[in-house]
Amino acid sequence: MNLEEYKGVFVFAQQVDNKVSGIALELIGEGKRLAEKLSAEVTAVLVGSDVKGLADELAAYGADKVIVVDDPELKEYRTEPYAHALASVIDKYKPEILLVGATAIGRDLGPRVSARVHTGLTADCTSLEIGDFPINPVPGKEQKHNQLLMTRPAFGGNTIATIACPDFRPQMATVRPGVMQKLEKKEGAKAVIEEFNPGFTPDNKYVEIVEVVKNLTDTVDIMDAKILVSGGRGVGSPENFKILDDLAEAIGGTVSCSRAVVDAGWKSKDLQVGQTGKTVRPNVYFAIGISGAIQHLAGMEESDIIVAINKDETAPIFDVADYGIVGDLNKIVPMLTEQIKAAVANK
Amino acid sequence: MKVVVCVKQVPDTKGGVKFNPDGTLDRAAMLTIMNPDDKAGLEAALRLKDQYGAEVTVVTMGLPKAEEVLREAIAMGADKGILVTDRVLGGADTWATSQTLAGALRNLEYDLIITGRQAIDGDTAQVGPQISEHLGIPVISYAQKIQIEGDSVIVERQYDDRYHVLKAKMPCLITALAELNEPRYMTPGGIFDAYKAEITTWGRADLKDVEDSNLGLKGSPTQIARASDKVRKGQGEKVTLDPSEAVAYIMDKLKEKHVI
Repeated sequence: MNLEEYKGVFVFAQQVDNKVSGIALELIGEGKRLAEKLSAEVTAVLVGSDVKGLADELAAYGADKVIVVDDPELKEYRTEPYAHALASVIDKYKPEILLVGATAIGRDLGPRVSARVHTGLTADCTSLEIGDFPINPVPGKEQKHNQLLMTRPAFGGNTIATIACPDFRPQMATVRPGVMQKLEKKEGAKAVIEEFNPGFTPDNKYVEIVEVVKNLTDTVDIMDAKILVSGGRGVGSPENFKILDDLAEAIGGTVSCSRAVVDAGWKSKDLQVGQTGKTVRPNVYFAIGISGAIQHLAGMEESDIIVAINKDETAPIFDVADYGIVGDLNKIVPMLTEQIKAAVANK
Repeated sequence: MKVVVCVKQVPDTKGGVKFNPDGTLDRAAMLTIMNPDDKAGLEAALRLKDQYGAEVTVVTMGLPKAEEVLREAIAMGADKGILVTDRVLGGADTWATSQTLAGALRNLEYDLIITGRQAIDGDTAQVGPQISEHLGIPVISYAQKIQIEGDSVIVERQYDDRYHVLKAKMPCLITALAELNEPRYMTPGGIFDAYKAEITTWGRADLKDVEDSNLGLKGSPTQIARASDKVRKGQGEKVTLDPSEAVAYIMDKLKEKHVI
């Protein structure tokens, strides 16, 4: 492998039902930032069927170039044709860095592709930098410059590790949704669009899609919410989430929850914040009756303002809360809702 | 029908994580468990045994101590345990781990390989799909339901806002979600069997069609540049107030920060 041949920052521009996923725009934003440090360009790789029309949106959010792999075999996500598409793009265009969203799609696609092209893959990154590896010079070992340093939590968020991939290309990472910033949209921005089709021949690895079953509930994505009113086991019952619904409505927020609440069957999985749920960084996060297991903290501690209400003064949630209130949520929350309503009405 | 389940022995992070003074993980001080997603995968295999008489072999890679999870699996009902352990396999990243396990799996006959989606220590979700790639078989990740139909497997594959019902000809690799099922307990008879059971141990020499350059720390494309305790944002204020004071306090803060 001649590492010098590999140039540029590529991002997998995930789309579902021919709609660009938020993570694709976040990766373009982050990719652009990294590309600038390398004096390189950011290229979005758009894979699907009849998706060429989405290229302008990727350009508007900062893509310098868009490679479109368009084929009827790519209509719905399936591991094999998508892996073939992305691995073929790597073979032909030789990117130095390839970023993929750590979504239910990307966490399947990424490993399959990295295994096919023989390179390293760092999972669920929360921070990316360009730097030296080893970070500090080690006698007798070459220090390589302009390496991708990929930082990720491990052990349920108890430790963080920074990983490099010095001897293989592309340097691949999956990146947690909701962590990177997308760029301001520039209407009318154009990218160089290139179509590429490596050819798709179904074989034993092409699985058949028998049925696509979409969740019927039309829920708000908690990752997009500016204010989250999040409840834990301490809320006590599914019925009692009503007081959180009321608070959310008064303050213009969205209700989310901890894993315990999902495990108890009180709320659906798409509302779960944390390591095995979603990473959120709203302007305000209310943690109500949430003790704050480390896996939960990993999903919300980047929130701008954290307000915690819990009757247990030793709850770990207070370690990350900006404003921690030790008290009875059943009394405080309804009263707070009333006062917020009054304050909003008086505006 | 032959089913091979890959399991991993992991520290139980639920009981809190303990560190050595130098900041590395004190594995010896922590309890270990069978990784939850893997356990669900094992349960899925045991149900295929109940239903179709499938033969269930469990494979793990790790230190000699990892034999414990194989005995646990046998106590739950698995037929056979294989421990892959060798000094030269240590320090492996997901690439080298998947190469190792693929090398072991090439010695076995299988219709299905089941792995957990991810292990709670690394959380990468990479090893299953990477094994399938090395073996040239289809992969279905994030399985929430598994059924057999003739020579095919029908799987519900979970996504964020939907699931796909997928059909693949066997052999196939499936990665299981903990939500897939409620794993059974070990039985007294099973524990007795497990105690007596002979565990097969394989080392480097037993791995088939794998180059040395793809194994262990040296065969790992990813390298750790730095590892540290998570630095948490400093604690803010914590107050104990009666409800009306508490509400006044929160209102003040929300106004101060221009939230309302």
